[in-house]
Amino acid sequence: MSLSISLTLNGVVRDIVLDDPRVTLLDLLRERLALPGTKKGCDRGQCGACTVLLNGKRMNACLTLAATLDGATVTTIEGLADGDALHPVQTAFLENDGFQCGYCTPGQIMSAVGLIAEGRAGDDPERIREGMSGNICRCAAYHGITRAVQEATRRMAAAERGDAA
Amino acid sequence: MSDTMTPQRYGSNAGQPLTRRDGLAKVTGTATFAADNTPEGLLYAVYVPAAIARGRVVHLNVEAATAVAGVTHVMTPQNRPPLQGDPEAKPNGFSFIVDVLQNDGVRYAGQPIALVVGETLEAATEGARLLAPRYEVADSETTLAGQGGEAVEPGAFGRPGGAEHGDVPAGHAAAVSAIDVVYETPAQYHNAMETHAVVAAWDGDRLHLDLPSQALSLSCASYAYFFGIPADNVTIRCPYIGGGFGSKAFPTGPQVLAILAARTAGRPVKLMLTRAQMFGPVGHRGATRQRLRLGIDGGAALTVLDHEGTAATSRFDDFIEPAANASQGLYAAEALRSAHRAVRLDVGTPGPMRAPGEASGSAALECAMDEMALLAGLDPLKFRLRNYAEVEPGTGKPYSSKALRACYAEGAKRFGWADRPMEPGRMRDARGLLTGWGMGTALFGCPMFEAEATATLRADGSALVETSAIDMGQGAWTALAQIAADSLGLPMDRVEFRAGHSSLPNAGIAGGSGHTATAGGALHAAGRDAIRKLGEIAAADPDSPLHGSGNADFTARDGRLYVAGDDSRSEDFAAILSRAGAVDLTGAGSASRPAADAEAHAMNSHGAVFAEVKVDPDLCQVRVTRLVGAFAAGRIINPRLTESQLMGGMIWGISFALHEEAKHDPRSGRIMNADLAGYHVPVNADVRGLEVLTIHEDDPYVNALGIKGVGEIGVTGTVGAIANAIWHATGKRARRFPIRIEDLLD
Repeated sequence: MSLSISLTLNGVVRDIVLDDPRVTLLDLLRERLALPGTKKGCDRGQCGACTVLLNGKRMNACLTLAATLDGATVTTIEGLADGDALHPVQTAFLENDGFQCGYCTPGQIMSAVGLIAEGRAGDDPERIREGMSGNICRCAAYHGITRAVQEATRRMAAAERGDAA
Repeated sequence: MSDTMTPQRYGSNAGQPLTRRDGLAKVTGTATFAADNTPEGLLYAVYVPAAIARGRVVHLNVEAATAVAGVTHVMTPQNRPPLQGDPEAKPNGFSFIVDVLQNDGVRYAGQPIALVVGETLEAATEGARLLAPRYEVADSETTLAGQGGEAVEPGAFGRPGGAEHGDVPAGHAAAVSAIDVVYETPAQYHNAMETHAVVAAWDGDRLHLDLPSQALSLSCASYAYFFGIPADNVTIRCPYIGGGFGSKAFPTGPQVLAILAARTAGRPVKLMLTRAQMFGPVGHRGATRQRLRLGIDGGAALTVLDHEGTAATSRFDDFIEPAANASQGLYAAEALRSAHRAVRLDVGTPGPMRAPGEASGSAALECAMDEMALLAGLDPLKFRLRNYAEVEPGTGKPYSSKALRACYAEGAKRFGWADRPMEPGRMRDARGLLTGWGMGTALFGCPMFEAEATATLRADGSALVETSAIDMGQGAWTALAQIAADSLGLPMDRVEFRAGHSSLPNAGIAGGSGHTATAGGALHAAGRDAIRKLGEIAAADPDSPLHGSGNADFTARDGRLYVAGDDSRSEDFAAILSRAGAVDLTGAGSASRPAADAEAHAMNSHGAVFAEVKVDPDLCQVRVTRLVGAFAAGRIINPRLTESQLMGGMIWGISFALHEEAKHDPRSGRIMNADLAGYHVPVNADVRGLEVLTIHEDDPYVNALGIKGVGEIGVTGTVGAIANAIWHATGKRARRFPIRIEDLLD
C-alpha cells in the first residue's frame, strides 16, 4: 500500500510516496529523506529532541504521522539557516554555549524559534524556562539555553524594529 | 559566560573561553551521530525486551513475526548464529557480561530475548511486537529493602575495596557526641538523550561500526572478541556522542546482536534502542543503603568517620557502587572506615554513572556531616573547617594541590552564607515560602589513563594533530585542540585536529573526568616532540639562524621556532621545513601518570556548593532557587566549557536530590517508569539561579599540564547541599533520595 503526499519541506515542494502508512514525520525525515538533523530521543513526545516547525508551529515529529501532512509546510534544523548565514537563534546557542553533546540541540533550537514566534515569553527568563521545558537536555545546558533564547529574542526584536524604521 | 568567571590566559590558546569548534555542526544539524548514518542496503533491527525479571521464555510466535511483509530475519535463542567469544565471560577487565540470546533464561526485565530484522523500522517493530512472548515466571527480587547482602571481595573493576585507618572502635568509644544514620539512594538510569545505537557493516572479516563509544580502542577489542577477529579488523567512527555519562564505555548485548545480524544478513544493520530499552541492558547507578556513624570529641573534631555502603548489583555480574569511598579523602577523622556490601537482585548489571561512588556517597556523607554539625552546635561550614584535612586522612599523603579553603570562602561570600540563621524554619520569602540554605563539600579524583597522539608539522607551517579522542559534550574537539595548538606554538586556525575515529592513535577512555588530562597530555607530548625534531633540523642546518644551537632548548610561538631565552634567533617553521625538502615532520607523544607520582600525592578536584531552596509550607513542594558552586580543579583549559560542565554536574545534583528514581513493580520486577514522562530528570524550569566560580590552582604534580578534571565533581556536594537546605527550610531531615513531598509532610 502506498500513499502520495506533497509537502513543502525547508522551502522546497516535495512529492513523496509513502511506502507505509505507519511512518512518522520523524522517521520520514531521518530514514527516508536523508535529513537526520532532527533527532529521536524518546519517540513518545516526552523529550522534544524531534521538534520541527509544522506550518510555523513547533511540533514533535515523532507524534506526527507523515500521511497526515499533505499540503503542510515543514521546517527542520537543516532548513533554518539562510545559506551560510545562521538564524539568530543558532548564533545565540553557539555564543552562549547552549548545548554540550549537541543531540537535543536541533530540537531545542527549533523549539526556541517556535517560542519566539509565539511571542509569549519575550526575554523574561522565567517564561523562557517554562516555554522551553518541553525539550529535555540531559547534559543540562539549561543556563546557556535560557540565555541564548533571551539574546536571540532581543536581537530579532531589534532587527524587526530596524526593518520597520 | 557568567561574569563570575575570570578567564585566565596561560598560552596563546589554552585558558581562552573559545566557543565550541564543533558548534557550527551542532547548531545546523550536520553533526553526525551513530544512528544518523543510513548506508545503502540498510536493514533495521528491533529487539524484544523481557517483560519479567526472572524465569524462562517458553514461547515466541516466530511464525507471526516472519509473516510480516518486510521482515527478513527473526533471531531467537533457538537459531541465533554462534558467537566466537563466550558472552558469559568478558572480553577484558573493563567490560560486563552481556545478554545475547545465549539461552532462554531471563535474569532481569529489559533483557533482550529476540531480535527481528526488517527492510524498514516499521516492519521490524511490527514483527517484534507479534512475537508476543510467553514466560515461565519465577519469583524475583528487585529492591534493596531489608537485605543485608554479602561482603565484597575487592580487586577487579566493579568490586570496590574499602579502607580502615586508625582505631575505629576506639574512635567510636572516644566520641562525646555521635550519630548513627542510614541514607538510601535509588537506582538511577543514565538516559543520555541519544539512546545506544549502532550501524554495523561487514566487509569480509572486517567490521565497520558507527557506534557511540567512550573508549574507542577498548571497544574495538571488545567487539572483536565476540566475533573472533583481530581488534585491528574493527573500526569505529564516532565523531560525536549524544551523551554518555559512563553508559557508553562498554559493549552491550543489543549492539552485539545487531552486529551479528549484519553478519548473518550480509547487509548493514541499524539498531537504536528505544527509550524504554535504556532501562535494562545498558547499565545504571545501583541503589544503595548507607550507614554512617560519626563521632566527635568535645572540640567538635571527628573521632571517627565510619561509612558502610550496601549496594545492589545483578545476579550474574559485579558493579557494586563504591559509595563509601566518598568518605576516604575528605575529612580529617581520627579513625576512618569505609566498607562495601553487595546485594544481588534480578536487575541488569549496574555500571559507572557520572561520579560513580562519589555521587551517592557524597549525598549521604554531606547530610551526615550536617547532622553531626547540629549536635556539635556549629554552623555547617565551620564544622567542616574544624575537620579540614590538611593531608589525606589515614594515609597522611600531601595533596598535590587543594584550594578547598578558598572554595569555601569564595562560595560562601558569593552566596551570602554569613547571614544564615542556625535554627531551621526561620526564613520566609515575600510570598511566605519557607526558605532554607545548605551546603556541601564537593570532591572527585583526577585519574589519568593511557593515551597516544601524533602531531605533524606540514611543509607550509600548519599542523595536523591526531588522537582518537571522543566528544560527548565535554568539549574535547575544542579543549584538546587548544592544548595541541599551544604545544606547537601555532594559532588554532593553523591546526587541523582529527579525533573520533578508532584508526587514530589511542586516546584512551573518556571517563573518570580524566580525558582532557590524558588525551591532552598525549597531544602536548606529541607537539613538543615535533618541535624538538624541528629544532634538531634547524640546529644542523647552516642556513638557519638557529644553526649550531646544539643542546639548547627551543620554544615555538606563532609558527616560529626560537632558541629558548634568545629571541634574536628564530625562524618560521615553513622556512626550516622548506630547506629540509618540504617534508612533513611527525612527533609522537603519550601520556599516563607514573606510578611514583600517583604514590607521592593524593590528587583530587575540590569544591564547595551552596544551595537555597524554597518550600511551600502547605504543599511541601520544593524548588531549588539558587546554587553557587566554587571549584578548584587545577588548570582550566577553556573556562566557557568548564562552566558548562560544572553547571551540568550541579543540575545532575538537583536531579539526584529531587527527581530521579527508577521504581520496580515488586510483582513483575519490571520498572514502572521506564520513560521520560515517569522517570523524572530536570527540565529548564527546574533550573534557576546557577553560578559557578573557579578557584585558581597551580598543580605541579597531577600531570605536565596541571589539569585535573571537571566532568563529574559538580554532582558531588550539590545533592547534600540541597538536602541540607531542605532541612534548614523545614526542620525535617529526609534520609532517602529523591526527597519527595511525602517525606516532608507532617
